[in-house]
Amino acid sequence: MSLDPSGWDALRLSLLVGVVATLLALPLATWIAWLLARREFWGKSLLNAAVHLPLVLPPVVTGYLLLIAFGRTGPAGRFLEQTLGLVLAFRWTGAVLAAIVMGFPLMVRAIRLAIEAVDPKIEDAARTLGAPGYAVFATITLPLILPGILAGAVMGFAKAIGEFGATITFVANIPGETQTLPSAIYALLQVPGGEATAISLVLWACVLALGAVVLSEWLARRVAARIAGA
Amino acid sequence: MSLSVALSHRFDGLDLDVAFEAGPGVTALFGRSGAGKTTIVNAVAGLLRPDKAQISLDGRVFNDASTCLPPHKRRVGYVFQDARLFPHLSVAQNLDYARRFGAQPKTRSHIIDLLGLGELLERRPATLSGGEKQRVALGRALLADPQLLLMDEPLAALDGPRKSDILPYLDRLKSETGVPILYVSHAVDEVARLADQMVLLSGGRVARSGPLFEVMADPAAIPLLGVREAGAVLQAKVVAHGADGLSTLQVAAGTLNLLGVQAPVGAQVRLRVLAQDVLLSLEMPQGLSAQNILPVTVTAMRTGDGPGAAIALDAAGDALLARVTARAVSAMGLTQGQALFAILKATSVAQNAISGEVTSAP
Repeated sequence: MSLDPSGWDALRLSLLVGVVATLLALPLATWIAWLLARREFWGKSLLNAAVHLPLVLPPVVTGYLLLIAFGRTGPAGRFLEQTLGLVLAFRWTGAVLAAIVMGFPLMVRAIRLAIEAVDPKIEDAARTLGAPGYAVFATITLPLILPGILAGAVMGFAKAIGEFGATITFVANIPGETQTLPSAIYALLQVPGGEATAISLVLWACVLALGAVVLSEWLARRVAARIAGA
Repeated sequence: MSLSVALSHRFDGLDLDVAFEAGPGVTALFGRSGAGKTTIVNAVAGLLRPDKAQISLDGRVFNDASTCLPPHKRRVGYVFQDARLFPHLSVAQNLDYARRFGAQPKTRSHIIDLLGLGELLERRPATLSGGEKQRVALGRALLADPQLLLMDEPLAALDGPRKSDILPYLDRLKSETGVPILYVSHAVDEVARLADQMVLLSGGRVARSGPLFEVMADPAAIPLLGVREAGAVLQAKVVAHGADGLSTLQVAAGTLNLLGVQAPVGAQVRLRVLAQDVLLSLEMPQGLSAQNILPVTVTAMRTGDGPGAAIALDAAGDALLARVTARAVSAMGLTQGQALFAILKATSVAQNAISGEVTSAP
């Protein structure tokens, strides 16, 4: 499992992209999941479809759409560069955006299921005890959906470190800048003699993915036990 | 302390349109399932916004044409049919939940004692029995320091023995906390035991409302309560317990001898006299096995569509209700104001201790 410097770079970048994308996406995903689970509003099915689009579109298409919108000449890309000085195209930040977009539907689905499993009658009970809406969410809903949020986070994280199609289309495959674990494996397989290093990276990918699942299972069990009061 | 409710709401094929006042003590909201009881309490709690509503508690407006105060600002405690405890919090945390939002209950330890919750504080809701959960839910609502307590069939989900476990706590609650209670039920025995006032609902309308003793003795209430369940409620005082198991109780019109009275001598109890268990006689009966005979006068008569007739009786100020056949009414020549004797079949008189259990409570 030894890696050369460019391999380490890819591994480090994938972890960075995974962690940043997961942390950025979680609050938004939780909010959208709550909207979809608990609120009725105009355009709800449209929002639902938009959230799920990256799941059904070819990742290359998603990547290309990101490039059109968030490229340096795209409307959103230009806006971000002018206001925040944030450049996404062909940067690691763009890989984060691609990972967020691709992982988002998975997170929202997991969290939405958890929210739907919380009986709204329990939230009503909290309201009659003096809790305003935000407090009901913070003290009742949130603790009860924590296992779902953890599950969503792991799905999002795993998607982020494994994302390939949208990432390579949007930010290309620049070693040290945008070359994530899957792009590095892909690049290595394109050159003769690269397979040995590729195998190491593949093993690392397996370890990361398994580790994330085991960690989340363990956390979810602890949370569930705390909730059930065992 | 007075709650004023007037609301109309159309939903699921029911056209609800009611208005009533609830004073201090326990007001029972009684009706069959689907009569709109839960909709009314949800509207009072603010969990449901009716099409039209005027709801206020002591002049504090909850609902009117322009406002609908959110539930967390109403200070109305709500005990649901399913306890709805917070599963991730301990019993103590459930009880203290309202304190996070500014409730300042003055009597936390008293309420915990009153409801027998001391042993449960560290437990989780999942480990509690149905009756224990309902007691915790009751305590949680009380510790929010409410100005009104709503109870939506709090005993309906419990089996017989669990119900009997909780009822004494409700008796005590009623007499000790002074919080007015709006109590939803479709069980006549609970209402007869607990309520001071009664609002009878039928088909989304208030069919009859008033003091419990009056409503229960109203011949018009029989079809709403059910022929088998209808009957007056009497206030009685325990005078003596006999060695043969019979107890002597004093009511306004005389004394009654009943079996199985638990309350101590001197206690006030309520007696339920089912209308179908009252026999009428033109003369003082002789040689009957029944022991409980009261002189009464006919105050009202009501013949229904069927063969039955409801006779409202006055027994020295107490209202009684008898159900006889229409044929008997004409054969006996019953008229309003007529003096009669009412024979109460002793075994059928159900007593529910109210103050008796309170005074004897630890």
